[in-house]
Amino acid sequence: MKYVDEFRDNYKCEALLWQIGKLSHMIGRPLKIMEVCGGHTHSIFKYGIEEILPNTIELIHGPGCPVCVMPKGRLDDVISIAENSNVILTTFGDAMRVPGSKDSLLQARAKGADIRMVYSPLDCLQIAQDNPEKEVVFFCIGFETTAPSTALTILQAAAEKISNFSMFCNHVLVIPALKALLNNPDLQLDGFIGPGHVSMVIGTQPYEFISQEYHKPVVVSGFEPVDILQSIWMLLWQFLEKRCEVENQYNRLVTETGNHQALEAINRVFEIRETFEWRGLGEIPHSGLKIRSEYAQFDAEKKFTIPYFTVADHKACQCGEILKGVLKPWECKVFGTACTPENPIGACMVSSEGACAAYYKYGRLSQIRNAERSIPEKLIK
Amino acid sequence: MCLGIPGQIIEINDTNDKLATVSIGGVKRQINIACIVDEEHPPQSCVGEWVLVHVGFAMNRINEKEAAETLELLEEMAELMVDY
Ligand code: SF4
Repeated sequence: MKYVDEFRDNYKCEALLWQIGKLSHMIGRPLKIMEVCGGHTHSIFKYGIEEILPNTIELIHGPGCPVCVMPKGRLDDVISIAENSNVILTTFGDAMRVPGSKDSLLQARAKGADIRMVYSPLDCLQIAQDNPEKEVVFFCIGFETTAPSTALTILQAAAEKISNFSMFCNHVLVIPALKALLNNPDLQLDGFIGPGHVSMVIGTQPYEFISQEYHKPVVVSGFEPVDILQSIWMLLWQFLEKRCEVENQYNRLVTETGNHQALEAINRVFEIRETFEWRGLGEIPHSGLKIRSEYAQFDAEKKFTIPYFTVADHKACQCGEILKGVLKPWECKVFGTACTPENPIGACMVSSEGACAAYYKYGRLSQIRNAERSIPEKLIK
Repeated sequence: MCLGIPGQIIEINDTNDKLATVSIGGVKRQINIACIVDEEHPPQSCVGEWVLVHVGFAMNRINEKEAAETLELLEEMAELMVDY
């Protein structure tokens, strides 16, 4: 497939690994690099990228999985909406298994709530038109990548005067979360692999503060193995040359200023919340979106009575430390025992983009990086 | 969650609602192209273009030239490895 296969090519991966091996040797110190986006975490495990990197390079898996950071209270809230007998609740497949304090949406559906998975938010408008006697509520999650699509859906609902449709908005923003992480004194990081698809919407410019104020380099990256290796290679050059910049590996999709039409749609429909709670990370100021009052008729928070549950994370759960990159999944006491993908205690075990699920799925139950995990010998020379 | 997949626009279905058909590895799907059209790029001009598809929307055009340049650089690097 065009734009996929070329970026999965073995030969290019080997060449990059060979360069990465040489550069990391020249740098001569251990490096911690955080991939912010859960999509990257998933690719890194799927292609075994951690295994083949020189063992001086450690990847820290960041908070960029909107499903993982959804607080339990919000889940309980949405289930309470779904329990209304006149409601059809719709959401993306990713959200179905996230545990609330009692149930997930999947479990609530088994108990009789009408909960449907959709591929696109636009599908909800069709469902609303087909079921005029019901209220269709879309449980919307996602970062800046997804927000334009939900904003455009609301604009279309307004244009078509669909009155039985609303959204329970849980969009979160990457930049405030990165700020919160960078302000954490426990965090020890040398640089970032920046999220590719968030950046396709917001551009590379919003990351400048990371290099300027926090003196950490950022390379915005695509999701194929060649993309990720090339981004690591670009970061290594920055370390070697003692540069600290925002660079763009994913320039086939990402520009400096982002996608204007997409940003405009977001700004028309949404405004920034004072604060929003992230599972594991707590309240982060200005980190979530809500629907503007002009579109209040499509805001489920205005249409329904929301209990606004607040539920503390499970005591044993160390998702917060995992998301901050302070701990590795196997360092959590319940990892792989009480907490598994079938019975997740914490959110990092729920989505395949969560660090714990990735470690579990790809068999890294207790394994700590070891010496043989350097690059193949013929490539070191 | 933020994943997307490249597809090629093969037909415009509705200029008002900005709907188009993309081919994603041979599979056809209808998507919304509102995020990639403006005065300079009317819907009709999008036929044949490659875009990144996410939750039923074309989120951006894929820049053919930048992709080719990246690949060229990597090819050169790979050749260097052979010579080495
Ligand atoms: S193993 Fe489970 S409880 Fe522990 S940090 Fe991971 S998701 Fe949270």
